[in-house]
Amino acid sequence: MKVQIHISLKPGVLDPQGRAIQHALEGLGFGGVKDVRAGRLIELQVDDNVTDAALDDMCRKLLANMVIENYRIEKVGEKETA
Amino acid sequence: MAFRSAVITFPGSNCDRDMAVALEQVSGSAPVRVWHGDASLPDGLDFIALPGGFSYGDYLRSGAMAARSPIMQAVVAAAERGVPVLGVCNGFQVLTEAGLLPGALMRNAGQNFICRTVALTVENNQSLFTSGYEAGQTIHIPIAHHDGNFFADNETLRRLQGEGRIAFRYAESVNGSCDDIAGILNQAGNVLGMMPHPERMIEPAHGGTDGRGLFESAVRSALTTA
Repeated sequence: MKVQIHISLKPGVLDPQGRAIQHALEGLGFGGVKDVRAGRLIELQVDDNVTDAALDDMCRKLLANMVIENYRIEKVGEKETA
Repeated sequence: MAFRSAVITFPGSNCDRDMAVALEQVSGSAPVRVWHGDASLPDGLDFIALPGGFSYGDYLRSGAMAARSPIMQAVVAAAERGVPVLGVCNGFQVLTEAGLLPGALMRNAGQNFICRTVALTVENNQSLFTSGYEAGQTIHIPIAHHDGNFFADNETLRRLQGEGRIAFRYAESVNGSCDDIAGILNQAGNVLGMMPHPERMIEPAHGGTDGRGLFESAVRSALTTA
């Protein structure tokens, strides 16, 4: 199955990258953008028997840095579509 | 008794040779060079250094992949036994990612890679790494990093401050680091992570020798406690 891991900075952690993107959007003339937070998307193709607990463990041990980041696991395809 | 040190090289380390030269110049004995894929460290080490660079191309997060490499299990075990461990720049990032030091090193607040010599204040001169400095002394050490913006939650920052674990502070605002933190110690005081490069200020040709004190302190500590 295909799993998407959405990684974002925790609320309250300053995001210099997001701020730079916001300024760039303003520079392009886009108004009304109040805040920008940049994150990361990691897509995994895993066997169907990989458990939720194992996915959680992957996030905590490597994919996200729990000091500054949150993660959200989303299963986008139950079967491989190869 | 000779000072036995090791310098770990990860794929993408680029300050490992500078670190080895500094250790040899100050201690008189050449460090053992250890590769990231090695499973164990030499016995009887007095000092382990994690050098600067861009291990694994900074993939995922700076230091994240290196922190999970085989040799780091041995480094963590050695640190827990009390062996002094110094992480400089990328080495500091690796130490936080490995959980040996708290906090995280994020992109510099100004987004830019910063490469220049900065003034640091020695906050704690009681550690094995800093005993050769005066408390409050200003030293000048180069930095060269993109991800040196130290972040930790307020409780961690209070603890670091309260326990005297802030070893160095930037004397000016440099990269957005919380409390201008440039280097921190673990609770036991045998692990130091810092973004500035003391190994680049060892001889007058470098423009100064302010980094020497750190290595001299560590060598003195090892030889007196042995």
